[in-house]
Amino acid sequence: MRKTNVLALAALGTVLTMGLAACGGTAGGGGNTSSGNNNSSTGGGDASAAKHNDAYTKVVNPSDAKGGTLKFALTDEPDSMDPGNTYYAWNWNFSRLYSRPLMTYTPKPGPEGLKLVPDLAEAPGEVSADGKTWTYKLKKGIKYDDGTEVKATDVKYAIARSNFTDELTDGPKYFAQYLDAGDYKGPYKDKNLDDFKGIETPDDYTVVFKLKAPFSEFDFLVANPQSAPVPQAKDTGVDYEKAVASTGPYKFESYEVGKQLNLVRNPNWDQATDTTRKQLPDRIEVQFKQNAEDIDNRLIAGQIHVDLGGTGLQPAGRAKVVSNPQLKDSTDNPFTPFNRYAMMSTKVAPFDNIDCRKAVQYAIDKTATQAPWGGPLGGDIGTTAMTPTTVGYKPFDLYPNGADHKGDLAKAKEALTACGHPDGFSTNVAVRGDRTKEVQVAEALQASLARVGIKLTIKKYPSGDWSAQYAGKPDFVHKNNLGIMIAGWGSDWPSGFGFLSQIVDGRAIKPSGNYNMMELNDPSINELLDKGIQTADAAQRNEIWAQVDQKVMESAAFTSFVYEKTLIFRPASLTDAYVHSAWGMYDYTWLGVKQ
Amino acid sequence: MTTQPPESFLELRDLRIHFPTEDGLVKSVDGLSYKLERGKTLGIVGESGSGKSVTSLGILGLHKGGNAKISGEIWLDGEELVSASADHVRTLRGKKMAMIFQDPLSSMHPFYSVGAQIVEAYRIHNRVSKAVARKHAIDMLGRVGIPQPDRRVDDYPHQFSGGMRQRAMIAMALSCDPELLIADEPTTALDVTVQAQILDLMTDLQREFNSALIIITHDLGVVAELSDDILVMYGGKCVEYGTAEDIFYRPEHPYTWGLLGSMPRLDREPTERLLPIKGTPPSLINVPSGCAFNPRCAFAGRTDGKATSQVPDLLETEGGHLVRCHMPRAERRSIWDNEIKPMLEST
Amino acid sequence: MVAFIVRRVIAAVLMLAVVSMATFAIFFLIPRALGQTPEGMASRYVGRDATPEAIQGAVKRLHLDDPLLVQYGRFAKGIVAGQDYSLGPKKAECPAPCFGFSFNNNQPVWPTLLDRLPATLSLAVGAAVLWLVAGVSIGVISALKRGTLLDRAAMTVALAGVSLPIYFTGLVSLAVFAYTLGIFPGGGSYTPITVNPIMWFQALVLPWISLAFLYAALYARLTRAGMLETMGEDYIRTARAKGLKERTVVTRHALRATLTPILTIFGLDLGLLLGGAVLTESTFSIQGIGKLVIDAIRGNDLPVVLGVTLFAAFFIVLANLIVDILYAVVDPRVRLS
Repeated sequence: MRKTNVLALAALGTVLTMGLAACGGTAGGGGNTSSGNNNSSTGGGDASAAKHNDAYTKVVNPSDAKGGTLKFALTDEPDSMDPGNTYYAWNWNFSRLYSRPLMTYTPKPGPEGLKLVPDLAEAPGEVSADGKTWTYKLKKGIKYDDGTEVKATDVKYAIARSNFTDELTDGPKYFAQYLDAGDYKGPYKDKNLDDFKGIETPDDYTVVFKLKAPFSEFDFLVANPQSAPVPQAKDTGVDYEKAVASTGPYKFESYEVGKQLNLVRNPNWDQATDTTRKQLPDRIEVQFKQNAEDIDNRLIAGQIHVDLGGTGLQPAGRAKVVSNPQLKDSTDNPFTPFNRYAMMSTKVAPFDNIDCRKAVQYAIDKTATQAPWGGPLGGDIGTTAMTPTTVGYKPFDLYPNGADHKGDLAKAKEALTACGHPDGFSTNVAVRGDRTKEVQVAEALQASLARVGIKLTIKKYPSGDWSAQYAGKPDFVHKNNLGIMIAGWGSDWPSGFGFLSQIVDGRAIKPSGNYNMMELNDPSINELLDKGIQTADAAQRNEIWAQVDQKVMESAAFTSFVYEKTLIFRPASLTDAYVHSAWGMYDYTWLGVKQ
Repeated sequence: MTTQPPESFLELRDLRIHFPTEDGLVKSVDGLSYKLERGKTLGIVGESGSGKSVTSLGILGLHKGGNAKISGEIWLDGEELVSASADHVRTLRGKKMAMIFQDPLSSMHPFYSVGAQIVEAYRIHNRVSKAVARKHAIDMLGRVGIPQPDRRVDDYPHQFSGGMRQRAMIAMALSCDPELLIADEPTTALDVTVQAQILDLMTDLQREFNSALIIITHDLGVVAELSDDILVMYGGKCVEYGTAEDIFYRPEHPYTWGLLGSMPRLDREPTERLLPIKGTPPSLINVPSGCAFNPRCAFAGRTDGKATSQVPDLLETEGGHLVRCHMPRAERRSIWDNEIKPMLEST
Repeated sequence: MVAFIVRRVIAAVLMLAVVSMATFAIFFLIPRALGQTPEGMASRYVGRDATPEAIQGAVKRLHLDDPLLVQYGRFAKGIVAGQDYSLGPKKAECPAPCFGFSFNNNQPVWPTLLDRLPATLSLAVGAAVLWLVAGVSIGVISALKRGTLLDRAAMTVALAGVSLPIYFTGLVSLAVFAYTLGIFPGGGSYTPITVNPIMWFQALVLPWISLAFLYAALYARLTRAGMLETMGEDYIRTARAKGLKERTVVTRHALRATLTPILTIFGLDLGLLLGGAVLTESTFSIQGIGKLVIDAIRGNDLPVVLGVTLFAAFFIVLANLIVDILYAVVDPRVRLS
């Protein structure tokens, strides 16, 4: 797997390089990256001369100096600090400070970071010939912070509790979906762990996953913090987040839910067993529910070190930083896992006609729809379903819409004529009304489509029930003639399957909570997805994801506005900082502080 | 400006109290002079806005520090008060001169007991303990005729009846034995029987303390019996001044005649006015030219046109009786004797 | 007096019941009436892209599929008798008064409220003292120096104070005094007084001033207006006629009457603030009641919203009661009946 990933990663590398090299990205390339500005003349500069985006390609302020307090702040509070019960991207990064899943990502900037390396496991999973059994051997001598040794059953128990109980609802349920566990009731109702047949532990160091069907990207699944071991005796269910049994370099000192988390060094963590983490600061403090604008100010003033959420500076902070070259050099502009896009319902007239969809593709002014995200700093103009930091991504543009993506009105008119509406038509665009940026995108879309006579009426719906009641409910979509829906998607793991399976698989269309809002049900896409996930060879597999992307775009039902980017700030006092591609954030397990 | 101290206890010389406002200069008091001796009572009569209250507040120095422009002289017991410092006049207030206000409910602090307010007044000028002051307050309440003063001393103003409240007010004013007592409409808010009691009380107390008393009222009836002298004010000026006898039996000013005609009497319907004064009191900003009273005067035609062109002087007719009127004295006498007096007496 | 208080307490309890029902209705009845399903509601409290099973689990765990009366009854019973809550392997006990558990982070509401109270109390009381002293002083001086430059300047600043939102003044004060001059610590630095009184004080100076600025401006205007009115009262003239010094007239006679209605407003304002100073707490990242409830509202965290609402209502009722009693003490014309 590691070996074969290189090809796909090479594609990713190309994109990144394009972005880094050029300001005038050409149409047809996924790039148009103007922010990836790496001045090679300062490439060898020391830490103090770090430039904008330096941490994107190398480690800024490299240091192995230990000590100090690393301070994080977050505007929100986590769903849970329990590695098994969280769905927040930053927490899948952060929780590794105190929990070790079976696999994790290579600690390197750039595309290298998307490669998986063993963490709790000795090696990547060994898959059986039928592709339905994945076996991991645990490293020996890995201890919890209380000194007891990690056992294979702890991994089994961790997955049982996080995927098969009513209480732990916050994390993903991929294991419940893919493991062949029968009607297992979960460890809270069924205290006998032997009843959980989805995982076997033939000895204390072997974990065997039994799958319903072949799943070639299983290593990605066990890179989720849910595979971090939990001793059954220490599990307190939803309260476990208050006293997680640590396997990482840090352990809980105190945790006031919703307020403050303090971590201190875990003396029972052994660097020799851990190739990906460091243990530089003496302690790590996290403040939750902090004022967003104030977090930016504190970052810039150097009073805290990291905005934990990794969602970047607020508009005010962004403006301040961008206008000050010195401050800008302290920022990085990574891709997030998110694609921000519109879906055209293939079941709502006139978008049931592909030419009408194409008309939209050509008519969009993508610079206008890029603006609400913050212009080039907020994301690169997108032309595909997959994002550049997804393994398998290949840049292409089926609907080149003019110089600078401002729209090709002639082609749009042609398409309109082909679909029988030469003078345009009227339809509705659904948007989450409480998301300012998305509403602005809808307005930009409205303006650009009006140029060819397509009249959009903006329909706003609350984001809370967006997928349950509105855009995610096909009945509602049909009844209300929602031709276009503005949405976004970030994958749970950076592969084509992780990204695409939920949003383009026709069999994933649900009566409610549907994310394939365009209701694209192309048998060839569905087959390719099945074929891909059963393909053991990563190179072939990634080739298939690229084909899926191609087919999705051929349907013309999907149009990407931007591959989202954030502008994140690293104070001068932060050491050993680099942006990890898997999260689009700094690698929280590496960071240190200057004292 | 003469600064010769007068021999009188109280003497006002050409007192002017003007208030600059956005609409113009309000000449509330405009050249007022009079004298008053200890033990004597002066009644000042006039409609509201005639300047009678402003004058007394001026004597107390309560316009000092405000925006009033004051000129002239106020001599009290050999001291000139217009030019005296505000702080000095303050030390005289309550002690040397005191005032009884019109509406005792609004004039007493609602949050302090009656006793506390008397105690406060007493202790400003007398260095005594609270207990002593309290005894004094009870004593004063008793002297003004409040029954069970030792119990009522802790009551609040709103717990008193109107008459009792006015008595308490008097007790407060008299608590420091003032030599000059100014009572501003002391009985207006009271019914007739209580009015008489209060007036009796005041004259009794005046006699007891031998103080000079100024009673300000719009009602000639109030001052009829207890005043030695009466001053009739109109438009900030004195229009007639004389002994009570002069004013009641030989009034010479048409305005005074009007006031006499407006006096409520027990033998008439209250609404019945024999000689009503038509019109409204004059504006103190745009004072009518000539005699301020001319627009309302029934006899303005008998002045050879001077009524509207010339301000009449305050002239002595005889024996200290002063009148400000353009009509010749003989004519005024004749009008009184032949036209007004018979009408007032005809019942 | 005792009968009065007893009657008011009974009324207060009834009112709290009504408040809880209204809040309950807003969060449960109205969504249901608009067609929201228990699953739809539960989907907010589970992870992204949750499976139907996970949503069903949440429905069961949060009892969202029970009839509304049963749900309300459970809530009401919890306050009186406490309730249990499944953590997974065992049940958590929530002794009375149990306001339930947060839908979002599973923490019991009542201890959370008690935990957040000291921060709000510190903020509100400190600011209240500040704004009362500053507002009343400025108002009195302004009234006494009416029309002067001082008066106009004070009233202009007061107008600014009333008009400027706290998240503006707060952020500006942080930018200047914390991040540029470094005199005071930045946001999120609140420390309980029991932990470190000096840090407690330092961290609260800016929030106090920011919050007090708004109210001081209001109180200055109120005091000035009240003072001007009072100074024209007959009893002030009487006080002067007694020969009282002007200072005594102002403090003993005028201020006493002016402050009485202001104290009423003060009591209510303070009571209201104890229910959370939302903007100040958010701006300065103070983990108080206000920050708690605004986040709870954003996260549809009904039990927390309900708890804070009742908590806040309780303070308002309490403040009303105290104000009424104090009023009777201050103004002899008012009798409690």
